[in-house]
Amino acid sequence: MADVTNDPMALSADAEAPRVEQESRWVTVRRAFRSAPLTAWFGMVVIVLYIVVAIFAPLIAPYDETEVVGDSFFEPGTLMFTSDTVEDGRAFKKDLTTHFDGVIERLEINSENMRDIFITSDAPEKIFVKKFVDDPEWGITPQQFDSFAGELRTYLAPHDFTEDALELGTDQIGRDTMSRMIYAARNTVGIALVTTILSFTLGSLLGMLAAVVGGWTDNILSRIVDVLMSIPQLIFALLLLTILGANVINMILVIALLDSTRVYRLMRAVGMNIVVMDYVEAAKLRGEGLWWLIRKEILPNALAPLIAEFGLRFCFVFLTIAALSFLGLGIQPPTADWGTMVRDNAQLITFGQPVPLYPAAAIALLTIAVNFVVDWMLHRSSGLKE
Amino acid sequence: MSDDTILKIRNLKIDGKTGDEWLPILKGIDMDLKRGEVLGVIGESGAGKSTIGLAAMGYTRGGCRISGGTVDFEGTDLVKSSEAYRRKLRGKKIAYVAQSAAASFNPAHKLIDQYSEAPIQHGVMSSTDAATDATELYRRLQLPNPDEIGFRYPHQVSGGQLQRAMTAMAMSCRPDLIIFDEPTTALDVTTQIEVLSAIRDAVEQFGTAAIYITHDLAVVAQMADRIQVFKLGETIEEAETRKMLSSPEEAYTKSLWAVRSFKATAKPKPPADEVPIVELRNVDAAYGATPVLFDVNFKIHKGRTVAVVGESGSGKSTAARCITGLLPPTKGEILFNGEALPAGYRKRNKDQLRQAQMIYQMADTALNPKQRIEDIIGRPVGFYLGLSGKAQRERVRELLDLIEMEPDTYMHRFPGELSGGQKQRIGIARALAADPQFIICDEVTSALDQLVAEGILRLLDKLQIDLGLAYMFITHDLATVRAIADEVVVMQHGKVVEQGPKVEMFQPPHHPYTDLLLSSVPEMDPDWLSNLLGARERGEIVDAKTAGSADN
Amino acid sequence: MHPISKMALQRLALGIFTLFVVSVIIAGAVEFLPGDLAQEILGQAATPEAVAAFRAEVGLDKPPVERYFSWLGGVAQGDFGVSLATKRSISELISARLGNTLFLAGFAAVIAVPLAVTLGMLAALYRNTWFDRLVNVSTLSSISFPEFFVAYVLILFLSVGYGFDARWVLALIGLFLLVEGFGAVKEGKRIGRFSVIGTIFGIIGLAMVVNALFGWWNFKVGAVSAFPSISNISSGAEFGERVHRSFLPALTLTLVVTAHMMRMTRASIINLMASPYIEMARLKGMSPARIIVKHALPNALAPIINVIAVNLAFLITGVVVVEVVFVYPGLGQLLVDSVSKRDITVVQGCCLIFAATYILLNLTADILAIATNPRLLHPK
Repeated sequence: MADVTNDPMALSADAEAPRVEQESRWVTVRRAFRSAPLTAWFGMVVIVLYIVVAIFAPLIAPYDETEVVGDSFFEPGTLMFTSDTVEDGRAFKKDLTTHFDGVIERLEINSENMRDIFITSDAPEKIFVKKFVDDPEWGITPQQFDSFAGELRTYLAPHDFTEDALELGTDQIGRDTMSRMIYAARNTVGIALVTTILSFTLGSLLGMLAAVVGGWTDNILSRIVDVLMSIPQLIFALLLLTILGANVINMILVIALLDSTRVYRLMRAVGMNIVVMDYVEAAKLRGEGLWWLIRKEILPNALAPLIAEFGLRFCFVFLTIAALSFLGLGIQPPTADWGTMVRDNAQLITFGQPVPLYPAAAIALLTIAVNFVVDWMLHRSSGLKE
Repeated sequence: MSDDTILKIRNLKIDGKTGDEWLPILKGIDMDLKRGEVLGVIGESGAGKSTIGLAAMGYTRGGCRISGGTVDFEGTDLVKSSEAYRRKLRGKKIAYVAQSAAASFNPAHKLIDQYSEAPIQHGVMSSTDAATDATELYRRLQLPNPDEIGFRYPHQVSGGQLQRAMTAMAMSCRPDLIIFDEPTTALDVTTQIEVLSAIRDAVEQFGTAAIYITHDLAVVAQMADRIQVFKLGETIEEAETRKMLSSPEEAYTKSLWAVRSFKATAKPKPPADEVPIVELRNVDAAYGATPVLFDVNFKIHKGRTVAVVGESGSGKSTAARCITGLLPPTKGEILFNGEALPAGYRKRNKDQLRQAQMIYQMADTALNPKQRIEDIIGRPVGFYLGLSGKAQRERVRELLDLIEMEPDTYMHRFPGELSGGQKQRIGIARALAADPQFIICDEVTSALDQLVAEGILRLLDKLQIDLGLAYMFITHDLATVRAIADEVVVMQHGKVVEQGPKVEMFQPPHHPYTDLLLSSVPEMDPDWLSNLLGARERGEIVDAKTAGSADN
Repeated sequence: MHPISKMALQRLALGIFTLFVVSVIIAGAVEFLPGDLAQEILGQAATPEAVAAFRAEVGLDKPPVERYFSWLGGVAQGDFGVSLATKRSISELISARLGNTLFLAGFAAVIAVPLAVTLGMLAALYRNTWFDRLVNVSTLSSISFPEFFVAYVLILFLSVGYGFDARWVLALIGLFLLVEGFGAVKEGKRIGRFSVIGTIFGIIGLAMVVNALFGWWNFKVGAVSAFPSISNISSGAEFGERVHRSFLPALTLTLVVTAHMMRMTRASIINLMASPYIEMARLKGMSPARIIVKHALPNALAPIINVIAVNLAFLITGVVVVEVVFVYPGLGQLLVDSVSKRDITVVQGCCLIFAATYILLNLTADILAIATNPRLLHPK
């Protein structure tokens, strides 16, 4: 018999120099960071900034998020309709000028139904302009109405932002825009994060279950997900919010449920790739239970793609929530939120004021940052094949 | 440079990008090739064989760059020449045959269109001439239905035929040089013979020079006039084939040659009345509705090795899946120490699971990359034997000693920090940790370089003697069977065609399929292929058609 | 039967089945409405008799299954029922708006699809060049923008006529050049010619950034107010008028969708170009143009069709927000209004149309992908 220990040939297996990568995790992480592209660095810095702002919002913000500190930019004042403010395509305004030509003293909106406008002028009678709003010819919607009312209000007191003591001025009811921007970092990002975590927990647990158990469990879950995914997400969310009523809790639940379908798909695919590995088969044949398989054999190996996916899902959820809030169906006032802030200030854009762009840019910047970091991570994990 | 030198490579250096660093793949290679000469390039994985093959065409893959040296083809340095010049040469003067023909043919075009593409585009022939020529070459390369086969799409043709069609395609412009990059590695042995002989004939007929890249010594011995041995991007040794085989000079080359000398200790025959550890009785199995095993019977006795041999699709791995319970048989039963085992593994108790362990082909996928060695080996110790804490660690140390790995060095490592052979040893230790009577070894050496494989076989042999283990050794490699088996089971198309003690099995008379299998395994003798083909022609040895092999 | 027609029919059947399940979900949604629908619509003051009369009028008193099938039957004939809030026929509400929405989506698609596919292919072919990196950074940013952000930026610059200082735009380009130049110098250590280009890039880039910071040379880009910010389209509008009025919403959609489509096209082409048969074509000495046209394209059809379908489906969602921003009289706008009014019957109708379009697009892509797969075209 060949005495292995004395045989130089047999030992060659161990003599074969293994690639010792005994360096500590820190060294690996540091090296990864050193090779990170500028875009990734930019992303990481921005994310950290947002986190700091969100955590320390009360300390950073000059005012409270609901505190009224200044004048509303819709102060009653004089409304003059002259021919050059009337653009084509704004026929309802043109219509108004034909009905009304004078100095407006007061403008009221019926707070009950939010649909009727009353304008008091130097003319003796109150002019009731509801008929413009409900005129079937125009099919005016609440959004159009808001925009219209907003325009009216803006004409009343043109707001001069450059001379304002507050950096970004005040909003429609006199709250400090800057403070609201800062608090919104907390609210908007926080809500999006909670939703993503919820969607992730649900999606990845079910996805892993489908991958490990297979058979009927997998079939049923996958068919349900197929159906849920065959309706566009935003449309489905709108349907569900109609039924449940549009509020923050409902929105979180609806988005988390709908978004978890995508996490499920990914987790199932990743899980399937791991389940066919021999070490999982070995663990199964050893007699290990389901929980061990998921916790010890599969999850640690699925972590890398999951982290990247978390970033992508966050972006998607964040944008969806922003869109819903913008449509007035998401985060509700008085909570400061970027999507809602865009909606509230939207009409200012037509008068050359970039105010609604600030909250919109805040949304865009965070998504860009996360996307840059995720892109870098995906690039790294794909092994830089180029 | 003398006139008949066609390719002259001097001090060629190529780097590959790993992460953000450029690491050398080739570290200054010299290579010379005369007109009509066949140069064998041999080496283990990571030797840079494919890279040199492509570099001979002035081509580097993405993520690689030439950092120095010259590639002189017919007097022009391809490293410095323009891309347009190189493009004119490729396909016309230098052609390439890839390892996987199935992936290298474009699925959207017919074989004959892909054949004629190079001649037409390089202006060598008209399309009608090319079509006639294709049929002619298909005939020469012994493809069935040479008149029709060109009008098929790649996925409509079998692997062995596709590989010959690719050789024909490479020959279409009658190039001066062809690079063969492991053209038979993905094929079964019985198919390999046909492709080898076709390639050799074609190269001889047209007097084409060739670089034949492979890791298989016996194959290169048949094909090459001269052999160049590579290791980690450097030339180790270079000599004429017969000289290289008979008297290698360098220690590394000698070690490659010596590998095949290992023979496991012969074990005495078991007493006739001994109850076998594992017995398969009339086992049928199916994947879904497709039956894959038909009435399989064999026994494995204590302390003995049963080698199950067959080509891909023969059902040898399926038999193992039936034993482990991953694929419950549709008929028949599996006995363990004389008692029937429940069909599915979920129904088996802990002790039944413990007694039969498995070692896998790919050590990379067999070990969880996120667990440390002590956890990988420690888990079965704790799970089956109930040891924990210090006792468990002690047992892990004993096991690492048993597989000849230093416990203090390796216990805390992750699998990624081990070499291929070491990983396979950990796989063995994990199986041993359960203290089993029986181990299934599924192609355990076929993914390893020969030298490392040798070490694993020796270790398995030693453990068998010391611990009295029974092995079911699944392999397609008859050299391994010769080395380690006590008994052999030959399988084809899901049936056992022949079985018996090794000594008898390697002696005639054989079942025709066993005969074909045995005769198809290349030997180190450079004349082996010629002799074999001669013998088959004369009808002295069975050929693929008579034995019902799949490919034709 | 030819395997292709078989598979296509299977997909078709699956698509119809999905549509059916989706219609059940949409119709069934009303059953989960908390509280009494009729009471809610009529208000708390409504008498029980009035509520009962209303229930009978809209068919709420019938069992759900019967209600579903009569609804489905109506939908099949183009009758979506009556709006709960306005009592008007939903089909009437929808028909004009559906045309507008399709016009808007089509307008965006006509620009976006050829643009994105071409640019995506170019980025894939010139992989790892400055062009590819520029495309990567700009598309990555673009997909990160909420639609309303893009929309308002466009309104600000193209409708309102907001002039801006171009040095900041130059600074951004300069930053990119600076990074590129730095990279080229680092990479080109051994090769030489890259470092020259890299250095020039770097200097120009640095100059642009510094200029922006110190404001030495700045110039205003003139105000543009060429397009209306509110896309009121009356039914009788002429084509040219329509295009002009819906230009900004279409441009918004185009910008958002193009980025997605480009990234996906690039990824699938890169994936394809890594196949061994492409390398084989290179090793046969084929020209790059021939490799793309003859070897890559026949195999790229399926992935590209898929990319287009996915993104057209994405347009459907994008259209909702954009219509609201531009007060565009489309289906998305109607949907959002109805959601806030909780006009469930209109919501159902809109959702069904959106979902059906979405399913239909995916189905078309599936079937086209099957029909262009060479392996399926020529079975064994």
